[in-house]
Amino acid sequence: MPETNKFDTTNILVVGTGGQGVMTATEILAEAAIALGHDVKKTEVAGMAQRGGVVSSHLRFGTKVLSPQITPGSADVLLGFEAAEAMRWRHMLRPDGLVLMNTGRLVPPVVELGLYDYPDDPVATMRAAGTRVFAFDASAIASELGDLRLGNTVMLGAIADHLPFPAEVLESCILKRFARKKAEIVELNRQAFAAGRMAAQEAAKTAAEAA
Amino acid sequence: MTAAAVMSAPPTTAPSRLLMSGNEAVARAVWEAGVRVAAAYPGTPATEMLECVAGYREIYAEWSVNEKVSLEVAFGAAMAGSRSFCAMKHVGMNVASDALMTMTLTGVAGGLVIAIADDVGLSSSQNEQDSRFWGRFAHVPVLEPADSQEAHDFTLAAFALSERFETPVILRLTTRICHVKGLVSVGERSERPVAGFTKDVGRWVMVPSAAGRRLPLMFDRERRLRAEAEISELNIVEPGSDRRVGFVASGPAYMHVRESFPNAPVFKLGFSFPLPFDSLRQFASQCDRLVVVEEVEPLIETELKAQGMHVSGKDILPLSGELSPQVLKPAVARLLGEALPELAGTAPMPVFPRPPTMCVACPHLGVYYTLSQLRNVTISGDIGCYTLGFGQPWNALDACISMGASMGMALGLDKGRSDAEKDKKIVAVIGDSTFLHMGMQGLLDIVYNRGNVTVLLLDNRAVGMTGGQDNPGSGRDIHGSDAPRIDFARLVKALGVREERVHVVNAYELPVLLRTLRDETRIPEPSVIITSQPCVLIKDYHALKPFTVVESKCTGCGNCIDVGCPAIHVTRRDRVKKASGKEVDLAFVRIESTACTGCGLCLKPCAPDAIVPVDTLAMPIKVVRKSAALAQTP
Repeated sequence: MPETNKFDTTNILVVGTGGQGVMTATEILAEAAIALGHDVKKTEVAGMAQRGGVVSSHLRFGTKVLSPQITPGSADVLLGFEAAEAMRWRHMLRPDGLVLMNTGRLVPPVVELGLYDYPDDPVATMRAAGTRVFAFDASAIASELGDLRLGNTVMLGAIADHLPFPAEVLESCILKRFARKKAEIVELNRQAFAAGRMAAQEAAKTAAEAA
Repeated sequence: MTAAAVMSAPPTTAPSRLLMSGNEAVARAVWEAGVRVAAAYPGTPATEMLECVAGYREIYAEWSVNEKVSLEVAFGAAMAGSRSFCAMKHVGMNVASDALMTMTLTGVAGGLVIAIADDVGLSSSQNEQDSRFWGRFAHVPVLEPADSQEAHDFTLAAFALSERFETPVILRLTTRICHVKGLVSVGERSERPVAGFTKDVGRWVMVPSAAGRRLPLMFDRERRLRAEAEISELNIVEPGSDRRVGFVASGPAYMHVRESFPNAPVFKLGFSFPLPFDSLRQFASQCDRLVVVEEVEPLIETELKAQGMHVSGKDILPLSGELSPQVLKPAVARLLGEALPELAGTAPMPVFPRPPTMCVACPHLGVYYTLSQLRNVTISGDIGCYTLGFGQPWNALDACISMGASMGMALGLDKGRSDAEKDKKIVAVIGDSTFLHMGMQGLLDIVYNRGNVTVLLLDNRAVGMTGGQDNPGSGRDIHGSDAPRIDFARLVKALGVREERVHVVNAYELPVLLRTLRDETRIPEPSVIITSQPCVLIKDYHALKPFTVVESKCTGCGNCIDVGCPAIHVTRRDRVKKASGKEVDLAFVRIESTACTGCGLCLKPCAPDAIVPVDTLAMPIKVVRKSAALAQTP
């Protein structure tokens, strides 16, 4: 976690595409911050997000939060659910901020139609521009656990060690959501959270070696 | 969100501080205020207010067929003495304003609050409007909350104000109120006695003589409301140590001002119409200069200037979009002649655009694939998911302005055609809910005036774009319970379309759809083709076995990509020279089987039969319906 900014406000930007669970993940992060007594604001630029468009969800917490929006260059952490989307929003990050991102790709019809190109290597492009990036394949981790819907729990696991509070607080907020579901589902989410946490830790080592 | 999903209302006896969006906070306050009747038509960013209100069992809630009807329902309840509530997006008030402009003369008995949500920044709208104008136009008060807590508190204040002054009150919200979540202290419901309807033709029957007698009362009410604004607790002066610039701000713009200029004096307007001129003049005298920060039109600015005050506003700030700190700081620095604040961060990296798309297996996909094959046609479009048909790969929608306008525009395109366009086909495309909202009258006009228009009525049994809400075509009410269901074929016949010219076609039967469209566009009279498959996001939709591509059979023709389904992906591209010498681009594909729901639309254009059902048992992971990949946790 980079040092907090002068407003004592933590800025977390969660980005992805419509249907990935970006807004739900941000809501769970907000609940964790509230549990620790923070003031919280959460907002989306979602638009027609349900239709596979771009989604960016802003979470700000601290002693007192005024504007709900993160201004460009002031996000402490950028949590990217999709590779190109992480790249799209990189300018929102403060210079010493951290990108935690899924390397999984969702290629939209405009690219399949040959109208645009998908970036060759979003991770390398961002690193070349001096951005600290921890990258891992959250989609593959979710698939291995047997359900793609676990992807956002994997992503939350990944950010858990980069928050100004213990990972366990976030984990319990996630598991609380499934409290009324089958024990099997709770267990799967616990595994997904742990796997995401480990993936980000591994990615941190890789990034350190690369640097 | 799935169909008919009334959002679960927060517990009514709960911890005192809840994380709530502005929409949820308004709904909570509507419940606390003892409201008995609430009505709305869905529209982003306002939709969740009624969804949430519907979760409180003490309140009668309905999806109305359009905003005008919803306001009339709420007004009727207010005449009967009940507190009532109505919510709409900004363009909704354009439709409802006919009712508003006269109910301001009658006033109300029970409190009536109208929440209007402006889509500042156009995240999901056809224009950007400033609904504060309606307060000026209709001479009714406007309250502007700046966050979720105020959305809650101002709603309660609005009901009190409404009953005290016997006037409808506008609660003006923006996307940045509706869709921001923050912590809200809430209270409990207080039931209120309902007076009942009092017969009073001089008040409730607005014939010219009676209306004329009400006009002076309305203007007197406005005068009294202005005096109230002067002492209202909703308007706050925050002194500051840096008096070089004092700010007048309302709504979410206040938060951006406070964040950007922590030491500046701020006049925060919560009760923003009628304006408290005396208080504002006094505030101005304490600052070197005044800047008005308002989203989005210069309304306060213009009125202060008319009072002879020297203020800045839209001379230094943009006339559209949100006034966030990154907009405010440089503008004020320029005004003060200071060095511009250093731009934090870096330039955005170029990434392909990712426009909204239609869903996997959406029944509109086949409709637009078919429309894209018609030649010499102008397609008049409407508001809904199907507006996306204007884009790639279909390019099959030529105009769209407002709810229901596809009908009238099509008739105008027909009657106004040039001599060179004598044989041009005119097609109008409209969804079920939009047709019931404002399209029916347009079709009646086409029939009555003998227009040559082929109407495609896309009946997917939901208000798709806003999240699959119910309407009279879905056969369910706001609670998801069974409700009378309109029969579209009978309806359009009743409007005068001849029986032979009305067809109901399965949206996935492409050859039938194409043939019917070709036939009907050749016949010079009004016809209606109703497509009949449900939105894939509602519970009426049943997924089928997914498909996959047999790699060895795919010839790379790319025809399936032209359907526009987001589950089809290119695996490799190639370029070959045909026997004729012509170079052809090839795109070999695969289908994301975890997203595919087996609609079969892509099979139709696949000549080599390379697309086959997947053996689901062999799939490595659980099939996730509705979305392309990492989907939502519950």
